[in-house]
Amino acid sequence: MDRMNRRGFLECMAWVGTGVVWTATGGILSSRVLPAAAAELTGGSFSFVQISDSHVGFKGQANPDAAVTLQQVVGKINALPTPPAFVIHTGDLTHGQKAGAFDTVAEILKGAKTDKVLYIPGEHDVFVDGGKEFLGRYAKGGPGWQSFDYQGVHFVGLVNVLKYKGEHLGALGGEQIAWLKQDLAGLSNSTPVVVYAHVPLWAVFPAWGWVTEDAEQALALLTRFGSVTVLNGHIHQALQKVEGNVTFHTAMSTAFPQPAPGVGPGPGPMKISEEQARPMLGMREVRYVLGTTPLAVIDSTLA
Amino acid sequence: MDEIRRLPARAWGPTRTPPSRPLFPALVATGVALSLVLGVGAAGRALPPASVDIQDSKYVPQALTVAPGTTVRWINRDEETHTVTSSAGLFGSAGLDLGEAYSYTFTAPGVYPYTCDLHAFMQGTIVVK
Repeated sequence: MDRMNRRGFLECMAWVGTGVVWTATGGILSSRVLPAAAAELTGGSFSFVQISDSHVGFKGQANPDAAVTLQQVVGKINALPTPPAFVIHTGDLTHGQKAGAFDTVAEILKGAKTDKVLYIPGEHDVFVDGGKEFLGRYAKGGPGWQSFDYQGVHFVGLVNVLKYKGEHLGALGGEQIAWLKQDLAGLSNSTPVVVYAHVPLWAVFPAWGWVTEDAEQALALLTRFGSVTVLNGHIHQALQKVEGNVTFHTAMSTAFPQPAPGVGPGPGPMKISEEQARPMLGMREVRYVLGTTPLAVIDSTLA
Repeated sequence: MDEIRRLPARAWGPTRTPPSRPLFPALVATGVALSLVLGVGAAGRALPPASVDIQDSKYVPQALTVAPGTTVRWINRDEETHTVTSSAGLFGSAGLDLGEAYSYTFTAPGVYPYTCDLHAFMQGTIVVK
């Protein structure tokens, strides 16, 4: 950041959400610029990290080796004052499943100081073979969607890329929505819920496929909860949206930035220098404080 | 035919040949056999190949008319991965990175729409007549 003036910083921040804390309490969203030293977590709370779109195997103008920037993000994770309880990777681990890429991702993330890394697929992880390699590796051949509880928060990982190939949109499918309904059935309305999936669950820019066609059916099951945080990847930039008690966040990529929705001929790696790209790459720390149910979302970049 | 050759980025050579991942091996095998038989024009002359560039998330030209027996070659000029995928499931490339190409020989007259598996807004058509 020291290369930028204040105006440049603010413009950059507006664009990628850098250094902004989003706090959702009772469905009301507020934001503030992070203080220089973010407070350490106190007892009875936890944090986790979201990373996304590592695209290992990608080489381009903005990034000659996506494995290197992923490694640098792991360095940032390991430098957090409080180690995250777990890391969630929201898909596009690889750039089209190049040989050995899943192994490289796993190897790099072994170095992250955290108890567990959870993965859901992006379309780049499944379009070549219909998900065989990814699901064999991370879902024991099952469908890949998942849920778990951690310190009173219910986490749901959804898979919305397996129909991408045929229908060209993110889609969950009836079977997964039925599973979600059952999964949420026993939860009280006051349970904080975190949902993560690759393609945004809100219509960011449908013409570019930045939408999940049947997301509304899933969201209808979530509206009764007092606090829902939806974490997505796919579009390689941090955007936020609030709908009732549901807060949506898309994440930066660890590999290369993509243009703002609808800007330019299509989605794809921005053709900019590595130096220009770094402030647009990064990770996200999500903090949960028990008792007050706010989830603070903190994006930080490689710049 | 199944072998995927990874080319260095920015190596946009016109002589590179391509990865193709058969959607339906039997169909592709049939296509290969047909192209061996029909790869030359009715008069026995080899037909000049035709090419389509994939650039700025578009197929250029978007519509291309060729004679039966013509091999069409698509070259990806974008850093973004694209595919060439027949809407009717007749032919299909693997993911093409920058500089990679895919070829298919069209034998029967007809209209062949295709798209990119990763970008539905990309649409192209090959007309064989």
